[in-house]
Amino acid sequence: MRCDQVADLLPGIVDGPARAERHVMAHVESCLRCQAELVQYRKLLKALRALRTDVLQPAPGTLTSILANLEAAGERGAMRSLLAGRRGAYLGGIAVATAAAGAAGAMVLANRGRRKMRLAG
Amino acid sequence: MGEELADLVAAAKAGDQAAFEDLVKATYAGTYTLAFRLTGNEEDASDVVQEAYLRAYRSLKRFRGDARFTTWLYRITANCATTHLKKRQRDRHEVLDDADELFDARPESDPEGRLGGADDRRILQAALQSLSPEMRAVVVLRDVYDLPHEAIAAELGISEGAAKVRLHRARKKLRERLFPLRTELRDEETARAV
Repeated sequence: MRCDQVADLLPGIVDGPARAERHVMAHVESCLRCQAELVQYRKLLKALRALRTDVLQPAPGTLTSILANLEAAGERGAMRSLLAGRRGAYLGGIAVATAAAGAAGAMVLANRGRRKMRLAG
Repeated sequence: MGEELADLVAAAKAGDQAAFEDLVKATYAGTYTLAFRLTGNEEDASDVVQEAYLRAYRSLKRFRGDARFTTWLYRITANCATTHLKKRQRDRHEVLDDADELFDARPESDPEGRLGGADDRRILQAALQSLSPEMRAVVVLRDVYDLPHEAIAAELGISEGAAKVRLHRARKKLRERLFPLRTELRDEETARAV
């Protein structure tokens, strides 16, 4: 294997030699240049991991702005559920009224039918 | 810290608005830092953080607690950053001039011993900003925040294989930026061999 072929594999090999094929690792073990490059990748990864503890300071007002947005979202949510509740109650009322009217109408029709039968008899 | 956050998450899931606010106070600087690393500028980072907390607030009930809250939040932030950058429809990354040398490339200098101090972190940050947003997202989420490939692929809307390819390309570019002298030597030798 040539160094330039191995160079493309080094960014993956740095995660662990188990990921690389045996002949690739055999080249790295015998090639000082590729070993040096692998060391650079290791240093790069170490430096990148160290960034995790490096917390940046957000601009003043960021927290206030996040909380204000959340509060507004919370209020919108509450308003939506309130409106949904009212809409439910309204629709429920209409349904009950419709059912009651239907039942009343059915009773009137039934009574009429009975009266007609009595008169005919 | 982990237990405190877990208690706050439980309270917030039960509808305690103040507990969610405390969660924001405890995590917003870290979330902002990730957003900044993904977007590359303060204005976009602030927008992404706002959106990330709104999404987290709305979907908190779906957080099962099998991952750490911050990991879950980072995934949301990564997703928001991707959406935000796509929406902008223009690539805001500023490619560093090729003539710029991030490190002192003089032979007597020691590139191997670098990347330790505050200046080097600034240089590393600058090198990250020189990547395209797509490459930067993968390398930041994997190598800085240790998110699994699968999660990164899901949040960025790409396959796991594509995420790995991007990661390797990003690492290669970063190494070339940070250790230019050795890269030039290798390029010269490769050219001679061809």
